[in-house]
Amino acid sequence: MAKEDMEISKDKFAPAILDASLGEVIGKPSLNFWQDSWLRIRKNKAALVSMIVMLLVIILAFVGPLISGHGTNDQDLKRTNLPAKIPALESVSWLPFDGTMVRNDGTVVDVYEQKNIDEYFWFGTDSLGRDLFTRVAKGIQISLYIAFLAALLDMVIGVTYGAIAGYFGGRLDSMMQRVIEVISGIPNLVVVILMILVFKPGIMSITIALAITGWTTMARVVRAQVLKLKEQEYVLASRTLGNSHSKIIFKHLLPNLAGVIIINTMFTIPNAIFFEAFLSFIGLGLSSPLASLGTLIDDGFKTLRLYPHLMIFPAVFISIIMVCFNMIADGIRDALDPKMRD
Amino acid sequence: MARYIIKRFIYMLITLFVIASLTFFLMKLIPGTPFSTAGKLSPEQLQIMKENYGLDQPIAVQYAQYIVGLLKGDLGISFQFNNVPVTQLLLERIQPSLVLGFQAIFFGTIIGIVLGVISALKQNTWIDYSSTFIAVLGKSIPNFVFAGVMQYYIGVKLGWLPVLFWKGWDYTIMPTIALAMFPIAITARFMRTEMIDVLGSDYITLAKAKGASSFEVAFKHGLRNALIPVITVLGPLTVSLMTGSLVIEQIFAIPGIGEQFVKAITVNDYSVIMGTTLLFSFMFVVIILIVDILYGVIDPRIRLSGGKK
Repeated sequence: MAKEDMEISKDKFAPAILDASLGEVIGKPSLNFWQDSWLRIRKNKAALVSMIVMLLVIILAFVGPLISGHGTNDQDLKRTNLPAKIPALESVSWLPFDGTMVRNDGTVVDVYEQKNIDEYFWFGTDSLGRDLFTRVAKGIQISLYIAFLAALLDMVIGVTYGAIAGYFGGRLDSMMQRVIEVISGIPNLVVVILMILVFKPGIMSITIALAITGWTTMARVVRAQVLKLKEQEYVLASRTLGNSHSKIIFKHLLPNLAGVIIINTMFTIPNAIFFEAFLSFIGLGLSSPLASLGTLIDDGFKTLRLYPHLMIFPAVFISIIMVCFNMIADGIRDALDPKMRD
Repeated sequence: MARYIIKRFIYMLITLFVIASLTFFLMKLIPGTPFSTAGKLSPEQLQIMKENYGLDQPIAVQYAQYIVGLLKGDLGISFQFNNVPVTQLLLERIQPSLVLGFQAIFFGTIIGIVLGVISALKQNTWIDYSSTFIAVLGKSIPNFVFAGVMQYYIGVKLGWLPVLFWKGWDYTIMPTIALAMFPIAITARFMRTEMIDVLGSDYITLAKAKGASSFEVAFKHGLRNALIPVITVLGPLTVSLMTGSLVIEQIFAIPGIGEQFVKAITVNDYSVIMGTTLLFSFMFVVIILIVDILYGVIDPRIRLSGGKK
């Protein structure tokens, strides 16, 4: 750094007064685990922005169907395949929200004028004249619902299994470990597809299929942590006081595992959203009239050449949701467990 | 080492057996009939059809026959696709899937490694941020969305690359890119972490001190050690390729195994579904085993004791 000699005059220094009592003064309020994590996550701009965007998307998903003025399944063959048209944004020439469509031969037509429609369809309409905006909003709701439910089930199964295996140890543990080893050797794609073939495709069967394959990672992580924690003095103390095993597991061990559990769950959510969309795309997802983002993309894909907007809007939303969840999950991992930072 | 390999091999066989049995019994639970003309057939005709495929036997007998057949490499006969043996059907279709898979993993990991190394060397610059951004996008955006968008803009609008089918090398470019996005993202992020770790270690300081150029330090000294852990991501990547192949092959109309699988699901062709599931599982299990063993061979620091994983 600075190599030149710096002259600092002596009068700039003053003797420090030693006061032993001041050494113990706490300068700032002490923070508990969650406050500390919140401080760290606030510094992570990507995660913070993602949280805000995600919040907006969730608000849109729930408020959207109310303000659009159309139902999810309101069909009207007089207004099929309309392109997007949004008031105010329609006059911005470079945005695709002016209700016009470019034909394959290059001519531009105002479909709204052609079909004599005064209403605005923000994201356009599909081949049955249903409002795409309402359907996308509803689709986000269903995709999120499946993802959260799958993550929750995953968490319950994984944590219980892992905690029992880790806590009791011994032969029970090694038996349970073998089961996990075999299960995680099976590609989850295969299990999910088989499960959905057996049960009829629907919200519940997709969720269950995702949960059945997803819990092994959680179980492993929780088991490893429980193995470590159960040797701690407070567990011994609790046992000496005569507490039951289940009380020790749920009251003493689980709160200490909250960090890892949350991190793992956060990574399950984008995974579940992807899998649901994937299943819908290969034709194993929800069936009409229900719409998830996956089925909307699948429908839109079939007419991609003629009406690209039918695929683009749901595709944009699923991408936004996936990016946000991944960023939030990364942020939460860094905040809750700085050692796991990658 | 030998003990570990044998142990892992036995586990692999158990896993495969569980998968085979699971597939068999789940298939028996599926509602619907495998005969497309079932509604028009008289009970006698249906009986003849069932006898023809051995479906009139008790489940236990069918199961035994199935397992014995598997050991011989016989996956049964397709109900829907011209009564071809499933093994033959899959063998005919395996080539495009393998080509696609290898290309995707080859280019994906190489691009990912380069991106990861660059962003580790230029940590916290715009290069690092944009490579991280690419990685986040690649990890987040579903590959079928990516494939569809690419097909529309590059294939249809710009007309640079063929949109569909499998007729030559240029037909493989778009599907390969779509499949490679995930490997690129995963390797880039992993590589960045590893490289930053390695670059902070003492022997790198030593290499710098003896006057090696920064290029030499990064690629000759750093990369080698940083590469080892990257082998571990090959397992998850293979899974992603299998999942991806289902949709990507369907989108680009590639006559591979994934496309066959999706078709078989829609027409209830049990034996093809079972065969493909087993093939996928087999490839998955074998690759995981190879990756684990390879890891131990390459890095002697990793002790393969008692299968603690």
